Amino acid sequence: MGMTMTQKILAAHAGVEKVVAGQFIEAKLDMVLGNDITGPPAINEFHKMGANEVFHKDKIALVPDHFTPNKDIKSAEQCKFMREFANAQEVTNYFEIGEMGIEHALLPEKGLVVAGDVVIGADSHTCTYGALGAFSTGVGSTDMAAGMASGEAWFKVPPAIKFNIVGKPSKWVSGKDVILHIIGKIGVDGALYKSMEFIGEGIKNLTMDDRFTISNMAIEAGAKNGIFPVDEITIDYMKNHSTREFKVYEADQDAVYDEEYTIDLSSLRPTVAFPHLPENTRTIDEAGDVEIDQVVIGSCTNGRIDDLRAAAKILKGQKVKKGVRTIIFPATQKIYLQAIEEGLISIFIEAGAAVSTPTCGPCLGGHMGILAEGEKCVATTNRNFVGRMGHSTSEIYLASPAVAAASAVAGKIYNPEKIGEVN
Amino acid sequence: MKARGRVFKYGDNIDTDVIIPARYLSTADPEELKKHCMEDIDKEFASKVEAGDIIVGQKNFGCGSSREHAPIAIKGSGVSCVIAESFARIFYRNSFNMGLPIIESAEASRNIEDGDEVEVNFETGEISNISKGETYKGQPYPDFIQKIIQKEGLVNYVKAKI
Repeated sequence: MGMTMTQKILAAHAGVEKVVAGQFIEAKLDMVLGNDITGPPAINEFHKMGANEVFHKDKIALVPDHFTPNKDIKSAEQCKFMREFANAQEVTNYFEIGEMGIEHALLPEKGLVVAGDVVIGADSHTCTYGALGAFSTGVGSTDMAAGMASGEAWFKVPPAIKFNIVGKPSKWVSGKDVILHIIGKIGVDGALYKSMEFIGEGIKNLTMDDRFTISNMAIEAGAKNGIFPVDEITIDYMKNHSTREFKVYEADQDAVYDEEYTIDLSSLRPTVAFPHLPENTRTIDEAGDVEIDQVVIGSCTNGRIDDLRAAAKILKGQKVKKGVRTIIFPATQKIYLQAIEEGLISIFIEAGAAVSTPTCGPCLGGHMGILAEGEKCVATTNRNFVGRMGHSTSEIYLASPAVAAASAVAGKIYNPEKIGEVN
Repeated sequence: MKARGRVFKYGDNIDTDVIIPARYLSTADPEELKKHCMEDIDKEFASKVEAGDIIVGQKNFGCGSSREHAPIAIKGSGVSCVIAESFARIFYRNSFNMGLPIIESAEASRNIEDGDEVEVNFETGEISNISKGETYKGQPYPDFIQKIIQKEGLVNYVKAKI
């Protein structure tokens, strides 16, 4: 009985030849991540455990990205606490405002995660790095503290679901549509405790940014991780961003999967998740007329350069509908600068959108775009739970950057294929 | 090890954003967090909950964010146990690490109603519905998990070991 990609990485980091689903292991960690919400409790726990020093100064990443730039005094205090810890411990990968970005866009961009790594992060979207062929998963602050102190974490080896990706997506179908389609199919607990393993000839038609989006939302199907095989696109990305050596793990031919699905990219449509669960998906053709008050384009799910380019293609020469607050968040400083150089930011501002410094702010209802009672928002973020972005009666519709941009122009949920028909 | 209390019953996919909305995450203090626990789906929870009470959810309880503030808010409210058909994985792990007892039982989750008086025995995994005179089977805890909970979480458990 063979192993999956995930199981092979875990076995290698546990120092054993073989692992099987359900087995408990202790694995060595290549990176331990925290942010301004989860970092401070982890630091407290770290001290309570009696730890004095982090296990490796280069293998900890602390990124103040959630309530930053500090939204109030309490947030400023939390950031200060984390900053002082980072300085005292001489943590190499602490990123202050100005060099900071949204953690799951920032770490791959800085080359801090490569194929074959094992990463834990006190943030549920840590599963993003599966796009690079790494095993990465979200944990709580206490596990982060134990990871910072010991460089190890315990895991229960997950069983897997295989997604065989075939075909080529049409022009306005992106990674977001792929993952929303999958979550709509299997449900928000469809992959509970399991790994989602993507494989197949269609993967070559997905850009690195598409793959980051897909792995990022594996947690929204309840998965432990969502992992892609390493191909030329991955290797190019890693060579351009990292000097670290990477290791490629492939699933065995006789690896065991609990379930298998085939996803034909050519048959997918732009997809929207209706309130209040990511599994409530409809294709754009079934979305009906939903008038909106706000559009948010950004987040760890969809704030990368491909996402901004897609939004700009729609918004070029268009105006957002009067009254629809459109806020665009490049995920990192580098992406922001690239968007300026490519002229995307001018397109956004000329269209009547606001552009912000990188922050997780609105995605989790922190700041920079909170919704009032009954307001509706199309967002490229990852969760549309009750009250996630503001008032408990507000509504979030999850979509791709292209759908979000088209909706900003139309003032209602709108098909990017039809954008020429608005004016 | 036992828990006994009155039940607050909720549905499927109770996510960490409704357990404790992110707008209150500028602190991890249980005394602050408990004031807002469950408020987006049950405005009366914080004022009605009493020490020992039990939350019963259905499928995928605790889905969403990795915030430990969710089990902290529930435990801070005085809740002695959460019962559900299934738990989201990060919440599951966090609850043990925080010393919040949780137990999986589809049967209990299906049959227990809001306001029932319920007792949970963690050693046997037996869940007794005092109000209805029924008994349901849950997974008993392995020894080390019982010890973590008795020590009020992973930190003290680790400290006691070293």
